[in-house]
Amino acid sequence: MALLELNALSLGFAGNRVLNDVTFAVAPGSVVSLIGPNGAGKTSLFNCITGFYKPQRGSVVFDGSEMLRLKPWQVTRAGIARTFQNVRLFRQMSVLENVMSGQHCRTSMGAISAVLRLPAQRREEAKIREVAAECLRFVGIANDEWHRDASTLAYGHQRRVEIARALATNPKLLLLDEPAAGLTKGEKDELVTLIRRIRDERQVAVLLIEHDTGLVMTISERVSVLDHGVMIAEGTPREIQSNPRVIEAYLGSEDAEAALAL
Amino acid sequence: MALEPGSPGPQAVEARPSAWGGLTVLLDTPAKRVVAIVAILLVMAVAPQIFGAYITVILTNALLYAILALGLNIVVGYAGLLDLGYAAFFAVGAYSVGILTTEFGWNFWATLPVAVVAAAVAGVVIGGPTLRLRSDYLAIVTLGFGEIVRITARNLQITGAASGISGIDQPWLYGWHIVSQSDFYYVFLALAVVAVLVSVRLANSRLGRAWLYVRHDEDAAEAMGIDRVRVKLAAYVIGAIYGSIGGAFFAVNLTAISPQSFSFQQSTLFLMAVILGGMGKIPGVILGAFVVVLGPEFLRDLGSFRYLVFAVGLLLIMLFRPGGIWPAGGRR
Repeated sequence: MALLELNALSLGFAGNRVLNDVTFAVAPGSVVSLIGPNGAGKTSLFNCITGFYKPQRGSVVFDGSEMLRLKPWQVTRAGIARTFQNVRLFRQMSVLENVMSGQHCRTSMGAISAVLRLPAQRREEAKIREVAAECLRFVGIANDEWHRDASTLAYGHQRRVEIARALATNPKLLLLDEPAAGLTKGEKDELVTLIRRIRDERQVAVLLIEHDTGLVMTISERVSVLDHGVMIAEGTPREIQSNPRVIEAYLGSEDAEAALAL
Repeated sequence: MALEPGSPGPQAVEARPSAWGGLTVLLDTPAKRVVAIVAILLVMAVAPQIFGAYITVILTNALLYAILALGLNIVVGYAGLLDLGYAAFFAVGAYSVGILTTEFGWNFWATLPVAVVAAAVAGVVIGGPTLRLRSDYLAIVTLGFGEIVRITARNLQITGAASGISGIDQPWLYGWHIVSQSDFYYVFLALAVVAVLVSVRLANSRLGRAWLYVRHDEDAAEAMGIDRVRVKLAAYVIGAIYGSIGGAFFAVNLTAISPQSFSFQQSTLFLMAVILGGMGKIPGVILGAFVVVLGPEFLRDLGSFRYLVFAVGLLLIMLFRPGGIWPAGGRR
């Protein structure tokens, strides 16, 4: 059974069709990519899955339950974590505190136990810190950076902190929105390794939106192509590369560079 | 908590909230901070003996403002919610005590839980629907709420209408009748210490961090699984409880309350203390409260010009230190 299943999802804003009957699935423990020209509706699809947008029709079934009526925080609690296209770390807070935010939905201590510093509260704080530290080590952020203001880190490191923060929610599925954007060649290679380790060592399925088609073809088991809100192709990287509709969609757009990479 | 090498120490995280603001540079070790706190408390403890009755009254008022500003700081400074009607919660506390002690003959201490529950309920009723909305709707709703509470108090029989409630009994505490100005000074000093302690502990907790996450980026916070409405409501209700407790002790200190003590101007003064001192910075907020109360007193010789001079001074402070008087610091 698929971990995530979208059925005939349609989204529109004021008469503008953004997504049209999108059907799509992610198998457990797999890496799946979503590609398509700019403005195809990829990020909108992410926002529908994570509860930020409310689609008019269709369903989003994750791990056997319907996500469509849930608020974003409830979707995260259900096991879907995400990163943002533009890095959105909490500014003026340390790297470690940023990642600690991920544990919020897995913990429960409130105001009274915090004021009284109850033993259970102190244990929970220690656990939150431990999980955050483990996630930071996993993505390869050394602990001399943990207490720095997150917004002062090098860009590539901020991206990794954002992934660590998402992993700290203990997800079953991780959505990455253009994780390679702005990274150097070397950092992209590290990202490929990291995504594989997320899948293999943490058994977290990964769904990514990415413009770097080379990177997509390297790590994905399945690739889906979205164009003008319509899913035009789905298959293995090899099938996608030789699909004439995909090439046409890319050639017809400003993304000719991506078409050449195909 | 066992700390393995390389794991983050608690002090490292506690250094962040800039609860200490720029003082982290000066007071870089916990020992120095303890010395500073003890020194301040000692000075505060002997202040009534040194300065005499008049200054003691003013300092008591400054401590009351500090307590209220600390409460409002949780709402405005931590959770980033603009509350323009904070005096309403102050009124809820004061009138709960006033009505229950004079009309129903309750003991002051028995009325405190009622005042706290009443403020919390009011906080949920006002915050529940409005905190779902984004941006500054809350400012408008709280502004309206503040006026509604004041006008209701002015017009109800039970609240004594425009003349308010007088003859509120001063409380006893284990055989100590709290009556004199210095008695109340020490009560408010103790309350302020508790208010600081609660604020510090909340700032360094799961809930305190969640307030900052939500303030910095609501969407990212929600994507991390944080229910923003619930978190904001917690801040709003905790702020309301601070206000209510302040109001309760205010009522027994003055023994008389009237609607004009809970005006919009009062709300703006509390807010001014928070913004002036530096939102989110505990020592800054306390300093802001003292400036707001002591400033006009120091300028008393100027007669009716003093508010003008004080206002210009405030404007200059905000022009040159928009982040508040207290140094930001702490950020490497």
